[in-house]
Amino acid sequence: MHLVIVGNGIAGITAARHVRKLDASARITVVSDESDHPYSRTALMYLYMGDLQFAHTKLYEDGFWTKNRIDLVRDRVLAVDASAKTLTLRDAQPMSYDKLLIATGSVPRFAGWPGQELKGVQGFYDLQDLDRMETDTAGVRHAVVVGGGLIGVELAEMLHTRGIGVTLLVRSAWYLPAALPEEEGMMVNEHIRACGIDLRLETELAEVLPDSSGCVHAVTTSRGDTVEAQWVGIAIGVAPNVAFLKGSGIETDRGVLVDEHFQTNLPDIYAAGDCAQHRTPPPGRRPIEPLWYAGRVHGATAAFGLCGQPRAYAPGVFFNSAKFFDLEWQVYGDLNTTLAADERTLYWQHPTEDKAIRLNYTVADSARNVSSLTAVNVMGIRYRHDVCTHWIEHGTDIETVLQNLGAANFDPEFTAQHEADLVAQYNRQAGRTLTLERTRGRIRSLLALSR
Amino acid sequence: MTTAPFRLSADRPAFDQVPNYDPSLSLTGNPAYHPSTAQKVALVFVGIGALACLVGWASGSGFGGALLATVVIGFGGGGMAYAWLTYGQGHAGIQNHGIMFSAQQARGHVGWLWGILLTGLYVLVYWFPQYLTGLIAVFDPISNALGYPEGSRQWVMYGSFYSLAVGTMGVRAFLKYRHIRYQKIRTVSVVFFQLVFGYSLPYLFVLLDQPELYLHYFWPLDYDGLWPDTFGWMPMAALIFGAAMIFIGTPVLTYFFGKRWYCSWVCGCGGLAETAGDPYRHLSDKSQRAWKIERWMIHGVLAFIILTTLMLWANAQWGVLGPIATGFKKWYVFFIGLMFAGVIGVGFYPVFGSRVWCRFGCPMAAILGLQQRFFSRFRITTNGGQCISCGNCSTYCEMGIDVRWYAQRGQNIVRASCVGCGVCSAVCPRGVLSLENGPRDGRIGAPQNNLIGDLDIL
Ligand SMILES: Cc1cc2nc3c(=O)[nH]c(=O)nc-3n(C[C@H](O)[C@H](O)[C@H](O)COP(=O)(O)OP(=O)(O)OC[C@H]3O[C@@H](n4cnc5c(N)ncnc54)[C@H](O)[C@@H]3O)c2cc1C
Ligand code: SF4
Ligand code: SF4
Repeated sequence: MHLVIVGNGIAGITAARHVRKLDASARITVVSDESDHPYSRTALMYLYMGDLQFAHTKLYEDGFWTKNRIDLVRDRVLAVDASAKTLTLRDAQPMSYDKLLIATGSVPRFAGWPGQELKGVQGFYDLQDLDRMETDTAGVRHAVVVGGGLIGVELAEMLHTRGIGVTLLVRSAWYLPAALPEEEGMMVNEHIRACGIDLRLETELAEVLPDSSGCVHAVTTSRGDTVEAQWVGIAIGVAPNVAFLKGSGIETDRGVLVDEHFQTNLPDIYAAGDCAQHRTPPPGRRPIEPLWYAGRVHGATAAFGLCGQPRAYAPGVFFNSAKFFDLEWQVYGDLNTTLAADERTLYWQHPTEDKAIRLNYTVADSARNVSSLTAVNVMGIRYRHDVCTHWIEHGTDIETVLQNLGAANFDPEFTAQHEADLVAQYNRQAGRTLTLERTRGRIRSLLALSR
Repeated sequence: MTTAPFRLSADRPAFDQVPNYDPSLSLTGNPAYHPSTAQKVALVFVGIGALACLVGWASGSGFGGALLATVVIGFGGGGMAYAWLTYGQGHAGIQNHGIMFSAQQARGHVGWLWGILLTGLYVLVYWFPQYLTGLIAVFDPISNALGYPEGSRQWVMYGSFYSLAVGTMGVRAFLKYRHIRYQKIRTVSVVFFQLVFGYSLPYLFVLLDQPELYLHYFWPLDYDGLWPDTFGWMPMAALIFGAAMIFIGTPVLTYFFGKRWYCSWVCGCGGLAETAGDPYRHLSDKSQRAWKIERWMIHGVLAFIILTTLMLWANAQWGVLGPIATGFKKWYVFFIGLMFAGVIGVGFYPVFGSRVWCRFGCPMAAILGLQQRFFSRFRITTNGGQCISCGNCSTYCEMGIDVRWYAQRGQNIVRASCVGCGVCSAVCPRGVLSLENGPRDGRIGAPQNNLIGDLDIL
């Protein structure tokens, strides 16, 4: 079998590695026009900031790919001919395949603003974007970043380390409203401001204004303000990168439409990662999941299908994490930013530091008489993945969770722990007298207990 | 407004190399470096300290302690002030920004120069102290107070510089990692052991007409600690303490805490690496090849010192080995004790990173490492599937461990060489790593995670 994978991102590469594990004889070719070797897209910001060099972000040493017989080809796929099972490439001769995996990721979204084509206005997604940003921000005094998502704050931090002033335009009243409840969002707002960023909430980009040489010179906002800036970063989100599939017979909507095995409408063609769109997503999941973690599970699941041992997509309990400047964030489970009717929330926030813990749980149901934990959200505190997902998956009662909460803490040794404060708060709110079993490192026994 | 994706055409430009600044050309061009006026003033103080050294060296006089005071205030005061201005302000958090553009920290020309200068100084201190007479004279007030004889006063100078470096750069490390209590306590510990056990106590013993004793070094790092001739002149109490630490203290502590109790909390070599060496920790080689060389070399040195010690005892007992035993001794002292541990170990910081000796040479690290790998309760736990493969942990591991290799598999990290400095955990932007002591079963291999276990995802 000759498997061709278009895209050497996390989805494509996880698939390649899993196909190699499942099928020692398969011929695997990965085509990408971004870089010779796969690297961590999530680490792009560290290249600009000078924390890392490109070589540091490569997922494996270069020899890994030859050793595992995964051919990496640097080229661009211009079109897919599904009936002839060939790909048209930009530089090389057409390439034929037996099976095809499309893992082409995303492209940055632009909203059609006047002036968005000017020099100095760009999105931020790949190494070519980084290249452009490096050139175009040299000597820049002030920049505007548009977007209240994870890439927006990364752009702000990047520019800030170069001594460039940043105005950050965010449409909503707090940062990342799709994922963060108001309290946490406010904490992020304040943190970003304390880091020296001019954060303007409930403000959108209206127009980008040119100078005499066609470069960006200022922007105007929906509030009628004008901000002088020599560079504008657009980070309002991404869209699946599927335009090159037009006319190939592969069904697309916003992304490539796939079933639970990541198979497209054609039997030998699969799609995974940012560019895939589920026809029927699993409960609690969105049809398009532009996330590193999702891309990894997509790639692995697709590999099983490609090797003729299909498995249904089972991503498990949702999780995500990020860092806003110096503030870490982790979430486990489906965190509703507005609570469902039968849901309650327990929220504790440190009086002076940027730290918070939130536990969401259901109101006790009559059948089992438990208040099941549904989501955990922590700011400035690290929690254990396996413990949190175990509790959520098993609908563990909130009081059991609280009593054992010490076991979920993953902060470095000697770090002050705040689980007792959370329990005390619960006791006050619920009129209970729970005590915290403080132990960390007893997860194993704990898991055995509640299983 | 329509929401249209932007660049969908086939026109993605060719990309060859990330336009990383060439550090060797960027003495002032580091785009992430914007020193404030106050920082520049602090740097001037450091410069004055360096100037005082030069003046002493050239003039051959310490000017009755005036230069010593200038050196301490310049290096110590200026250095600490600079660290405070750099890391002590604003939000606490990891600040490795610009390191890869730095001509000093990214093996640029300043780094190379610095490495050559340091190595040269070490060579002079060890073998040609007569060329350093002036610099040694700067420390005369201390040597005089201790009654140190001419001819070995270079060790007072060396010890003082060493301690000044650990103290000043210890403050820097403390401030840089001030948001992590593990790092603060560990830094205080390692600085304390250098300043008290490595500097003050040995000189106090000298003042009391006792032999200079380093109570925080044990055989085989303190290679002659168990040699027959040491038994001739060492106080019995010190010998008993040393032997108890080697045969009882070390294994017990390592069983409970891993080798970190020594390598990154107590040891003087480790102390210098964790403080003065912190700016260079990312320079260690992470390749598989380096790992291979490391395992051969470090265990080779261990075998060498064990063999040498046994031969010396056999010789002392039965007089059978004569020149072979003393030959082993001579070569060990020269190649390992002086060249490797002394000169290369520190002189190459700016080129090969701060733990070259600890990683490739130290026989103590080899023993502790074997214990850590096979008998300890210590491990670095990976937090399920949260790793984004960014590479920060591997890059900033001073021991050249490819931490990410384990983290992106969701696997615990149990490696002989890990000194438990905790920096991988500190630099991880996703909270993936935590140093832990825990039950021994299930220590090695993947942690329990339903998602990862079920699909074999990572
Ligand atoms: C700056 C940034 C930070 C991020 N941070 C996080 C984070 O912290 N956590 C998180 O969960 N997610 C994060 N994400 C999102 C995450 O990186 C993506 O979801 C993930 O990388 C998608 O992986 P993928 O394999 O689907 O596609 P990609 O990684 O986009 O890989 C697709 C590859 O295919 C290539 N390609 C596309 N079209 C063609 C063609 N026609 N011919 C040849 N090659 C082609 C592209 O050049 C690219 O290399 C971040 C994204 C960005 C941009
Ligand atoms: S693995 Fe982590 S704790 Fe161990 S030496 Fe490397 S950075 Fe330090
Ligand atoms: S463990 Fe943390 S620092 Fe290391 S690669 Fe993963 S996310 Fe990055």
